[in-house]
Amino acid sequence: MGYLRFFWRQLTSMRTALFLLLLLAIAAVPGSLFPQRSSDPNGVSLYFTNNKDLAPVLDKLQLFDVYSSAWFSAIYLLLFISLIGCVIPRTAFHLKALRSKPPRTPARLDRLAAFSAFEIAPGQLDAASAPITATSTVEAARQNLRKSGYRVQLFENRGPDGPEFSVSAERGYLRETGNLIFHTALIGILLAVGIGGGFGYTGQKVLVVGQAFANVRISFDSFNPGRFFNDNQLQPYRLVVDDFTAKYEKENLNAFGQPIDYTLKVTTYEGSGGAKKQVLKVNSPLEIGGNQVYLLGNGYAPFVTVKDPTGKVVFSEKVPFLPQDANLTSLGIVKIADGLSSQVGMRALLYPTAVKDSAGASASNNPDLYNPELALVVYKGDLGIDKGVPTSSYSLNTDKMTEIAGPGIDAATIRLKPGETATIPGGLGSVTFENAAPKSDAKNLQLSVPRFVSLDVHRDPTQGWVLFFAILVLGGLLTSLFIPRRRVWVKVIEASDGRLRLEYAGLARGEDPGLDAAVADIAARHSQQLGLKLTS
Amino acid sequence: MTSDNLAFYSLVAIYSAMGVYLFAFIAFTLDLARRSAAAPAVAEAIPAARVGQLTSAGSVTTIERPLVAEVPPAGRASSRFERVAYALTALGWVLHAAGTVLRGVAAHRVPWANMFEFSLTASAIIVGVFVFVQVWQNLKWLGAYITGFALIVLGFGTVGFYVNVVPLPPALQSYWLVIHVFVASLGTAFFAIGAGLSLAQLVQVRREANRFSGLTFLDTVPNAEKLENLAYRVIVVGFVFWTFTLIAGAIWAEHAWGRYWGWDTKEVWTFIIWTIFAGYIHARATRGWRGSRSSWLAIVGFGAVMFNFTIVNLFFKGLHTYSGL
Ligand code: HEM
Repeated sequence: MGYLRFFWRQLTSMRTALFLLLLLAIAAVPGSLFPQRSSDPNGVSLYFTNNKDLAPVLDKLQLFDVYSSAWFSAIYLLLFISLIGCVIPRTAFHLKALRSKPPRTPARLDRLAAFSAFEIAPGQLDAASAPITATSTVEAARQNLRKSGYRVQLFENRGPDGPEFSVSAERGYLRETGNLIFHTALIGILLAVGIGGGFGYTGQKVLVVGQAFANVRISFDSFNPGRFFNDNQLQPYRLVVDDFTAKYEKENLNAFGQPIDYTLKVTTYEGSGGAKKQVLKVNSPLEIGGNQVYLLGNGYAPFVTVKDPTGKVVFSEKVPFLPQDANLTSLGIVKIADGLSSQVGMRALLYPTAVKDSAGASASNNPDLYNPELALVVYKGDLGIDKGVPTSSYSLNTDKMTEIAGPGIDAATIRLKPGETATIPGGLGSVTFENAAPKSDAKNLQLSVPRFVSLDVHRDPTQGWVLFFAILVLGGLLTSLFIPRRRVWVKVIEASDGRLRLEYAGLARGEDPGLDAAVADIAARHSQQLGLKLTS
Repeated sequence: MTSDNLAFYSLVAIYSAMGVYLFAFIAFTLDLARRSAAAPAVAEAIPAARVGQLTSAGSVTTIERPLVAEVPPAGRASSRFERVAYALTALGWVLHAAGTVLRGVAAHRVPWANMFEFSLTASAIIVGVFVFVQVWQNLKWLGAYITGFALIVLGFGTVGFYVNVVPLPPALQSYWLVIHVFVASLGTAFFAIGAGLSLAQLVQVRREANRFSGLTFLDTVPNAEKLENLAYRVIVVGFVFWTFTLIAGAIWAEHAWGRYWGWDTKEVWTFIIWTIFAGYIHARATRGWRGSRSSWLAIVGFGAVMFNFTIVNLFFKGLHTYSGL
């Protein structure tokens, strides 16, 4: 029991809080040095490939999941336990202080900050020609302090030099209130973040222009539910991608080809509301069905058709390609499992504006479609997708396949412009790079390749609470840092010969650079009120 | 005038400002040297008591007023070097601010969308705060530190980070760019001055402890305790701005990236900085941590701000890829 109390007292001490805060700052650093699974999963895979020996060790130390690691969690949980243990007694104490009167005036004020004293000779008259007495003087001080927002209390007792009358005054309770709100709101943020993570979800969906999406779990490409999620939380709605335009800089040569605008037009259907046309941009997500839908990425989805030797269509799809660089050189995979005499896989690169670099290799020098070209390396054999093992649609396993068109063999890489068709070597059939807008001007290929967008769908039920607590944090901080808390005393000592001695003093509670000035001001206003003028 | 022309004049103004700052820096340094020579040998006496009079309705009353006010700052007329240096700093700042504004006009947007522009704006705010803070406190002796710092930032900015005017990528097209980044620069400015004061505090403490002889100019600046209090007051203002930056950044991240917090490298460092300064504020309220230890925290905190702006921007991978390089 004694140990427990000792431990608790240590944990909730200011020194421990400081230590844990600094430790938290240090513990956060490794997360910026190593790629994190949460924000950069590809970076983690790459790290594993490049550092075969080191990576597993780092992984054991949870350095790829710093912010959910045991050690990071331990630090912030201890810090917040310390915080709770610190805030609760302080709140109780403060609530009592709010209801209690200012404390008794100290016997000796001259040891305190901003002390000053004056003497008034006997028999003086104040501004209203009334005699100045000890009680009238103290009463004037009381009114004065009350008007300046102090809480006041009168005291009377016998001092060594005669009867003493005093006002004890305190102000700035809001400082502590603000401090407590600040710290409590920090706990609020942590709770809201934790709960939101448990009940929320995020999902990703890639949609080619023209495609639709319904808000059910199976229609997402990937879906990450929180711990307490259940499917009923998905509100029904549907969304159709009508149009997507990407604008690239054309005039400023310093930024030629740099994206300057992405606009996505969708039609949404929600409840019985009917169709609604809406626009999404990068910084303006769509709010629908308790979700926010974000436009996070986009790229090209070349329209590819494959026919067997008799001319029968075995594949005809707009295939989303992954952008590889700023000029949108894009990589895509086409897999034909059925319909041809052998399974066929194609690894394709799209160059939106194809050029040959000095070494003769293809490249793209603009993200827009000025000279689109599709380069296909073709394999035949076993795609390895029949065994029920899930495979990524963005990778092609060629272990059991042979290259039938591409670099290093007789049949060269197939290169197609929109609308062109080539035969697949080995009499397997033909492949066509469809022009998605064949009717537009033959020279203008801007619309020849369809585009896709990748959407992030989020639900975070406590996001509003996090913001609410964050605003409290800021408000609490402002009040607690800039409202001074101070005690001020005015004492009048009545000497036996009728002289009145006035004493003023203050006490800072916490940081208070303005204390001296404030006490001087109180003294000045007091003497003014009494009709006395300081002529020093 | 075309945008390229404006960008050119902006650069001319910035280079001129750098020239003027250089002279200001030299003059401030000479002033410090002069202070060393002319530092008062003895501390001035504290007035023990002062006698004043209260006059009431015609009759005169004698009163006593022992004053235990703080020691008045070393009574010292500003030297000619200091006046010249300060005037030069103000002039340089006008050029600096003009160059920064011109850059914004050239780009048709706020001039803080890439590292070059951010270094212009942040350093302009730092010098601006220094120029105007003199109304509140005479901190002109920090001039060499401030102008030296501004010169380094502008030097790196113009030589290392310069980029031509380019339009904003879609992710940056948001009014949060205006708010978030501007308030971050304000916070940085206050942290910079706070770090300067804390640095002076550290040296001053050592001087006061064993009175080593060098750096006599420090006799003319406030004592260690005063420096520490000044640093605190400046840093808490910076902390409020930084807290706001953090919140505004989270709101923006929610709009642009679909989550308000994702431990992106830049978010991590903003958090680290915030935590260090929260530690600093706590240190001031913790026994044994006032004084030099808290000064160290303030300096480490500002070091982290600089690290965040340079190393993190340039070499760490993350979503905040706006260096423009
Ligand atoms: C999550 C961790 C914490 C953070 C980020 C934090 C932050 C801050 C900040 C920014 C201040 C200054 C502003 C204000 O007064 O409102 C402050 C003051 C204070 N904190 Fe904390 N704090 C934390 C935890 C704690 C804990 C665990 C304790 C108790 C041991 C504590 C006790 C105090 C006290 C007593 C003050 C007033 C200091 C003064 O009067 O200058 N804090 N804190």
